[in-house]
Amino acid sequence: MKRILFSLMAVAGTIFTVQAQSDQFKDAMKQQIMLIDSGSTWSPAGMQQLANTFERIAEAEKTQWLPYYYAAYCRVNEAFVTENKSKTDEIIDKAVLNIEKAQALKGPDSEISCILSLIASARIGVDPMTRGMKYGPESAELLETAQQQNPENPRVFVLKGQNFLYTPEAFGGSKTKAKEMFDLALKKYAAFKPESDIAPNWGEAYVKELMKQVP
Amino acid sequence: MLKPFPILLMLLLPLLTQAQTIVKGRITDVKKRPLAGVNIAVKGSYDGATSAKDGSFSFPTSATGERFLTASLTGYQTLEIKAVLGPGQPDFVLVLKETVNELKMVTISAGSFEASDEKKNTMLKPLDIVTTAGANGDIVSALKTLPGAQQVGEKEGLFVRGGTGTETQTFIDGMIVRNPFTTGMPDFAARGRFSPFLFKGTTFSSGGYSALYGQGLSSALILESIDLPERSSYSIGIMSIGGSVGVDKLSKDKKTGYGFEADYVNLSPYFKLVKQQQEPVVAPQNLNFSANYRLKTSKNGMLKVFFTGSWNKFGFLGESLEYPGDKEEFRVDNKYAYTNISYKESLGNGWKIQLGTSFSTNRDKLYMDTINKSPEPSHIKARQDFTQVRTVVSKNLGQFSMLRFGSEYQYDDERSALNDMHADYADSYTATFAETDVYFTPRFVGRFGARFEYTSVLKAANIAPRASLAYKLDPKSQVAFAYGEFYQKPEQQYLRFFRGLNYQRATHYIASYQRVSEFFTFRTEVFYKKYHDLMKTVPSFNNNGTGYAKGVELFWRDRKTFKNVDYWISYSYLDTKRDYLNYPYEVQPDFAADHTASLVYKHYIPSVQLNLGATYSFATGRPYYNPNRPQSEFMKDRTRSLNTLGVNVNYLTTVGKAFTVFVLSVTNALGNDQEYGFRYSSDGLRRNMVGPMAPRFFFVGMFMSFGIDRRQEVIDRQ
Repeated sequence: MKRILFSLMAVAGTIFTVQAQSDQFKDAMKQQIMLIDSGSTWSPAGMQQLANTFERIAEAEKTQWLPYYYAAYCRVNEAFVTENKSKTDEIIDKAVLNIEKAQALKGPDSEISCILSLIASARIGVDPMTRGMKYGPESAELLETAQQQNPENPRVFVLKGQNFLYTPEAFGGSKTKAKEMFDLALKKYAAFKPESDIAPNWGEAYVKELMKQVP
Repeated sequence: MLKPFPILLMLLLPLLTQAQTIVKGRITDVKKRPLAGVNIAVKGSYDGATSAKDGSFSFPTSATGERFLTASLTGYQTLEIKAVLGPGQPDFVLVLKETVNELKMVTISAGSFEASDEKKNTMLKPLDIVTTAGANGDIVSALKTLPGAQQVGEKEGLFVRGGTGTETQTFIDGMIVRNPFTTGMPDFAARGRFSPFLFKGTTFSSGGYSALYGQGLSSALILESIDLPERSSYSIGIMSIGGSVGVDKLSKDKKTGYGFEADYVNLSPYFKLVKQQQEPVVAPQNLNFSANYRLKTSKNGMLKVFFTGSWNKFGFLGESLEYPGDKEEFRVDNKYAYTNISYKESLGNGWKIQLGTSFSTNRDKLYMDTINKSPEPSHIKARQDFTQVRTVVSKNLGQFSMLRFGSEYQYDDERSALNDMHADYADSYTATFAETDVYFTPRFVGRFGARFEYTSVLKAANIAPRASLAYKLDPKSQVAFAYGEFYQKPEQQYLRFFRGLNYQRATHYIASYQRVSEFFTFRTEVFYKKYHDLMKTVPSFNNNGTGYAKGVELFWRDRKTFKNVDYWISYSYLDTKRDYLNYPYEVQPDFAADHTASLVYKHYIPSVQLNLGATYSFATGRPYYNPNRPQSEFMKDRTRSLNTLGVNVNYLTTVGKAFTVFVLSVTNALGNDQEYGFRYSSDGLRRNMVGPMAPRFFFVGMFMSFGIDRRQEVIDRQ
């Protein structure tokens, strides 16, 4: 009897450990996710550090798509803010590796399509004159895919608005359309329920910042 | 009863074992410079850190015993080391090696200017070629702004480093193109037949090029056709001189693409408005049609089919030089068709194969007459049918080195008739070539190759060795050298009448230095070229001509100093003399200027969506033949120096759903006299200046595109 109880306890012990590990995963993720939106990390070094941390978590877990997703998101942000344009492509390549792993684990997903769209936009930044033609429409197309996959995803509209805002008017950019998209995004945020407390839910503070540019 | 303590112990055991140790150390590159931003991790755990500016890192971990530490950073090879973690472990000293990528590797560079979107360290992009003001969307006109090329306006082709226009050959997907220019009239340069938008890569080699290409004594223009279109689209163009329509379709799975394009140009309304030097008697018209089909056969396999057909005609009436007061008439009717089919596939194990075939037919009907004078009008009929097949096999050797070999066969059927007099011939040409790129280190590369050729019309063979070396001094700069022997058959107009000829030959030596950074490019080259066995037409056709060319060239491009401005400057100094055709001795030929310079300027004004472009070209006077001078003063006279400014303006907007661009361009905006040379009457009493048909050419157009944004392309088109 004792023996049985003992072994039961042992099993419980391991379960507890697994549970503790899962909590450790969530805690670690939560901590890092908070940092993304904090603003203090919005620098090449800050984003690099966050991306590094997410990559470590991703490589330790291997079966979770979210750390890869966030690693890709932070990498692409790092690419956007990096001033040395000759390094940008290599950084984006790392973002691509991460988002591909996320996609392999999660399957087609609106949030992943949003990151792929951001990646295409980041490619333009390296050489807008020659790359705009290829990656501009690609970025827009990926947002359409993202919207089909989940019409309620507010990030789709943040990124659409951002594209309208930063595209020159003659190439289809428009501040009015950008504002429409941002308003729509805010409505979607109000209704949006993330799947979990570590699922993608970024961008609300950012869109409020962007709205200052479109009075 | 169970004692609570062991149970508690049991439960906490996994946590209790997680004693913390500190992992710390420093990370540098091979040259001991600290690396910041490196991701250091204990493999399989969350534990790790990002290295600081001084390369130091420190983090706690609960892992103990033998574990793997990994260190990764963009641009470096990821390091993985075995480490025993626990109390008293020493500080880690880690060293990361740089990954060798395209940007850091040395490339063969002597003699060539490459424009490519795919390769990263090129000096130009395909767009640069087509946004050059004054070029009006003509590849060759745009390339004339690069060092090595002469500003020759009276004959088509690229005159490179003391070579004639026929010494430059055009290649599409590796295959030589017969008749790459439309048929023009004497003393007026004709345009190239191929739009720059057909190509994703353009390489202008001013010498020392690869053994894969032959039959160009001076230069090679190597064009690589585009793969699949980005997406489906439709386009319409309305121009002051005509119109165009186009369709590009990409299948849903993005594996198949096809397209059509047609344009029609009629210059007669324009010529009514802007007076030309000669009177147009046949309205200059040009009809073009092209179609393409692309199929991605596998991950690396691609089948491309391209067809283009064109028809153009014109006629001019001008003052006769020979008979003052009389008129001379010249008329052309030209039909041309070109097909190119290519297939490439990877065979596995580093082997690749490229197969290609092309066919072109060109038919000219020319009419020349001095009205009311004998002899009777001349009718010239000419026809060239050119067929070829080509195979190139390549094999990767090690990480970077490569071996390429292959062969080609060309059959050229040349027919021409002046009134009833026929001069026809056919030529079978075979070539076999091999070359290898040897990377001694990622910073030092050598290319060694040779080409064997045999041509039936000369009944002669040749072997042409080629070699190039390049060494990277630092991440941005490199030095390069090239040597090569180049053979070319005499031009068709001589082979037609006389077969006992031999190859002409040139030997190239080139040394170059270049520095390419994100916004600035600097390049300088010195070269020496020796000509042997050039064609002579006196006393009879023979191969006794000689010559040389040597010079220095500079290129500077700056995309940063002035906001929204991109400009480049090129300068060429050329010292060349040759004894060829009817020259009595070695002399500077009439197509060569001592000094040539160009400034290409591009300015974008984002607030009003305007693109402004300007190209200024300068060349010192060229020699011309004056029959009134004694033979000892052959080619003694010089034309005035050449100054010309081309300008263009583009305005981008949206009309309805279509992205639209309005285009205005003017060549020789300042109206400077363009004196290319002089023609004398046979008695030497009268002469005509050789110059353009009109001082300026104006162009206005509106281009609309539906489906995708092709406006950038339109800007680039002029």
